[in-house]
Amino acid sequence: MNDVHRITLRVNGRHHELAVEARRTLADMLRHDLGYTGTHLGCEHGICGACTVILDGQPVRACLVFGVQADGAEVLTVEGLADGEALSDLQQAFTDHHALQCGFCTPGFLMLIEAYLAESGATGPGADLTAEAARELIASNLCRCTGYQGIIEAVLATAQARRERT
Amino acid sequence: MSVIGARLPRKEDPRLLRGRGRFGDDISVPGQLWARIVRSPLAHGDITHLDVAKAASAPRITAVITAADLPPDLVIPVRLTVPGPDLRGYLQPVLAHTEVRYVGEPLAVVIGEDPYACEDAAELVEMDFAERSVVLDARSADAPVAAELTRGYGDVEAAFTQARHVVRIELAIGRHSGVPLEPRCLLAVPDREHGSLDIFGMTKVPVWNRDLLAGMLGMDETLIRVHAVDAGGGFGVRGEFYPEDFLIPWLCLTLGRPVKWAEDRAEHLVAVNHSRQQHHCIAAAFDADGRILGLQDDVTHDNGAYCRTHGVAVPELTVAMLPGPYRVPAYLGRVRVILTNKTPCGTYRAPGRFEGTAAREHLIDVAAGRLGLDRIELRRRNLLTRDEIPHRRPIATLGTDLILDTGDYPALLDALVSGADRLGYRAQVPAAAAHSSTASGRLRGFGLAMFVEKSGLGPQETADVTVSKSGAVHVYSGGTSVGQGIETVLAQIAADALGVDPRVVRVTAGDTSAQPFGAGSWASRSTVVGGSAVHLAATAVRDRAIELAARILEIDTADLEVRDGAVTVRGDPETAGVSLAEIARAAVPAGGYLRPGEPAGLSARRRFEVSHMTYPYGAHAAVVEVDPGTGRVRVQRYLVAYEVGRAVNPMLVEGQLRGGVAQDIGGALFEEFGYDDAGQPQAISFIEYRMPTAAEIPAVDILISTDAPAPGNPLGVMGAGEGGVNAVGAAVANAVRDALGLAGSVGRLPLTPARVRRLYEEGT
Repeated sequence: MNDVHRITLRVNGRHHELAVEARRTLADMLRHDLGYTGTHLGCEHGICGACTVILDGQPVRACLVFGVQADGAEVLTVEGLADGEALSDLQQAFTDHHALQCGFCTPGFLMLIEAYLAESGATGPGADLTAEAARELIASNLCRCTGYQGIIEAVLATAQARRERT
Repeated sequence: MSVIGARLPRKEDPRLLRGRGRFGDDISVPGQLWARIVRSPLAHGDITHLDVAKAASAPRITAVITAADLPPDLVIPVRLTVPGPDLRGYLQPVLAHTEVRYVGEPLAVVIGEDPYACEDAAELVEMDFAERSVVLDARSADAPVAAELTRGYGDVEAAFTQARHVVRIELAIGRHSGVPLEPRCLLAVPDREHGSLDIFGMTKVPVWNRDLLAGMLGMDETLIRVHAVDAGGGFGVRGEFYPEDFLIPWLCLTLGRPVKWAEDRAEHLVAVNHSRQQHHCIAAAFDADGRILGLQDDVTHDNGAYCRTHGVAVPELTVAMLPGPYRVPAYLGRVRVILTNKTPCGTYRAPGRFEGTAAREHLIDVAAGRLGLDRIELRRRNLLTRDEIPHRRPIATLGTDLILDTGDYPALLDALVSGADRLGYRAQVPAAAAHSSTASGRLRGFGLAMFVEKSGLGPQETADVTVSKSGAVHVYSGGTSVGQGIETVLAQIAADALGVDPRVVRVTAGDTSAQPFGAGSWASRSTVVGGSAVHLAATAVRDRAIELAARILEIDTADLEVRDGAVTVRGDPETAGVSLAEIARAAVPAGGYLRPGEPAGLSARRRFEVSHMTYPYGAHAAVVEVDPGTGRVRVQRYLVAYEVGRAVNPMLVEGQLRGGVAQDIGGALFEEFGYDDAGQPQAISFIEYRMPTAAEIPAVDILISTDAPAPGNPLGVMGAGEGGVNAVGAAVANAVRDALGLAGSVGRLPLTPARVRRLYEEGT
C-alpha cells in the first residue's frame, strides 16, 4: 500500500521530480504535492470531469489516473492555458459568453475543449464544429450552474476564431 | 450612462478561469491534520458497540473521537424559526450517541496525517447495532409527525360547497437537492498565541455560523474569523451549519493543530441536506365561469431523520406561497412535517415554491380540461390584475406579511405566450397531441406555468465602503460568493453610487472580520438587501467625499459632484477637481483636512432595513418530446419570462435563469434520492444521481422584464436567483401530460422513463 515511487514529469512546461505512493491519484498529486489547485475534484470517480487535464495530448480524468502513470509525461493543467497575464482565447470566450458561474467545473471544461480543438488540428481546429457536436463534446462533463449554453457558445466562438486564423 | 444595467464581464472570471480561485480544498497550511467522518451504515438502530481502538492505533492516525469525547448534549439549533412548532426534540446531535436514524449520520471522526490513511483507518472502527424498524414512507400510519402547520384565510368549506366544479389531483415531488459540483470542505487553523481560530470553507451565512460556533465552543465570537472563499455552488444546501461545522473547529482547538476535512461525493450525497420530497393532495373550487372560489392543499412533507437549521421553513413556504399569482378568495394549506429514516432535509433553490407551483399549476391544467377551457384562458381569468396589486394575503411567511408588492401578472403571461408563439413553440406541437404523433412515433407536448417568487428577505444587511489611498474602492459585504456573481453586481452598485469605474471596486464578501454584521447570501437576498446596503454606504461615501473636497477646493458642497472617480465643480468641466484618491489621502490622520476629533478615513458603514420581501413573478413554457417506446422525455424548447424590477447586470440575470432551468430539469425528469426497503440510499454516486449534462438541456430562451420596479428598496430590484427553478416541475409536467393526452395528473415527479412508460400504457 505504501510503495513509494520516484517519478519525473513536466507540468505546464515545468520539470518536477517527486516521490509518490503507488495509490496516489494524479489529481491529488497535482493539487496537494505540486500545488496545481486549479484542477478540481467533484466526484472522484470519473463522471463529472472537473479534474480533466491534458496528459501527453489526451484529455484524462485526473481522478482516474495514478500519479505514477504520469512518470515521464507532459501534463497541461488550467494554470498553463493563459499566456502570462493574458487569458487564452478560450478563457476569454468563456468570460465573454458567461460560460461560468461558480467556476468549479470550469477548469475541467477548458481542458476538455482545449484538447479537442488541438486534436482536430489536422483538419483545422474544430473543423465544421456544429452546435450539436459542441453539445455532445461538452456532455462529457457536468456543470451545475450555467445550463451549458454559454459553454457551447464559447466553444463555437473559439473554434471559429481559430479556423479563421489558420 | 449608469453602470447599473450594463452587461459587464464578471470580476470573478479571470481568477476562476486561470485556476486561481480559492475553493475550500485549495487552501492548506503547514502541519495540518486531516479528518474523515465515520458514518452510520444503518438507517435506524441503537448503537450497541462502538470501538475505535484499532482505528486509533493505525499508522499515521492522531486521534479518533466519538460522541463520548464531545461535550454532552450537543445539538444543532434551528436558524430559520417559524412561530409555533417546538422542534427541540427533533434536532440533530453533532455525533450520534445512542441511536442512528439515517444512513450517513456521523458516528465518529478519524484524524490523521494524511487523508488516505484516515480513510483506511475509518474502516477499522468497529460498530454494532440493535436494528430498529425504519419509516420510509411519510404517508404511512406509523410515521412520526414533527409539526403540523396551516396557512389560510376565508371560508374554504363554503367555497367548495357552492362550487360548480371541484377539481382535485394528487402530485408527489421526488426527493432531490442542490448537489453543487464542489463537495464541502472546512479548514480550521488555531492561533495558540491569541486563542483565536481561522476558518476557511464556511459560506452562505458565515456570521450566523460564527456566532453559533462561538456559543457552542464557549468562545468570544470575535476570536473566530471566517474567511471569504470561493464556493463551488451553493443552491441553499452549502453553508448551513452541519455537524462537521462544529467538529472540525472543535478538533482544531482540542488538538491544537490545523484540521482539514474534504468531503467526498459519496458522503455528500447522504450527508448534505436533501429537499423537495412532498405529496400534495390539492383541490380547487370553481364557479361556472372558471373563476376560483377556493383552494385547498394537504401536503405531506418528508423531512428525513431530523429537523436541521431550516426547521420547518420549507413546508411553511410551501403552503404560504401556494396560491401564487391568482385571485383566491378562500384558501387552506395544511402541511404535516414527517420524520423518516433518510437524510434530513433543508432548502434547495426555490424551496417550497418548486413543489407548490408544480401542484397548483398542474391542477390548473387538469381543471382546464375538466372545465372545457383553454389552459391559458383559465389562468388569465384568475390572475390578479394590475389594479389588484399591491395585494395583501392574510398569510405570514418567514415572519413577514405576504404582500404581493408590484406587477402586472396578465401582461407577463401575455408576453410569455406571444414570445412562445413568435419562437414557434406551439407550432411544433400538433393539436390533440396524443393522437397525432411525429413521424418518428414520438409525442410532442406544450406546457406552461405561472408563478410568484419571493426575494429580498430582510430584516437587514450591512455594508462597509472604503476608498483607499490609491483610489481603489473596497466593498465589505455581508453577502457571500456562491458563484452567483455577487462581486460583479455589488461593484456595479457601488460604482453607480460613487461615480467610479467598476473596475476600481474590489468586493470582499463573506469575511466575518471585514464585515461582522453580515446576514449572508440566501433567499435571493444578496442583490436586493445586500445591494441596497452597498448603495446606501457608497452614497454616504460620495457625500463624505464631497464634504472633504469642499474643504480642499474651498468650494461649497452644493456646487460639487462626483464624476469619473473625482469630485468636480458642477457644470464646470474645465476646473480641475480632486480625485477620490487625493481625498482619501487628505482624510488620513495627518492628511491636513480633518477637523479636531473627526474620525479619519473616507469610508462609511450603512445598514439597510426592510420588513417585507419583494415578490418577483414569472412564467415558464416548455415543449417536450416523449418517446412512448422508451418513456424518455426530451425537453426541446424552454422559455422563461421573468420580472426582476431592474436588472443590475442582465447577463447575470439570464445566467441565473438559464442555470436554474437546467438544474431543475434534473428534478423534473432525472434526479432522485431513492431508498431500498431497509433505508439504504440508492443514489450514492453520479451514476445513480443523474444530473443533466449538456445533452439533456436545450437552449433556454429568456425574456427579462423590468416593468415593475420593486417599491421597497432604493434600487428597485427583485431577486433573480430562483425564478429559473420555480416552475420547471410544473411546466415539464404540464407538457408531458399534454404529450400523453392525459385527463388527470402525471402523479409524480421526476418523470423517469419507467413512470412515463406506465402513464402511456395506462393513461388516465
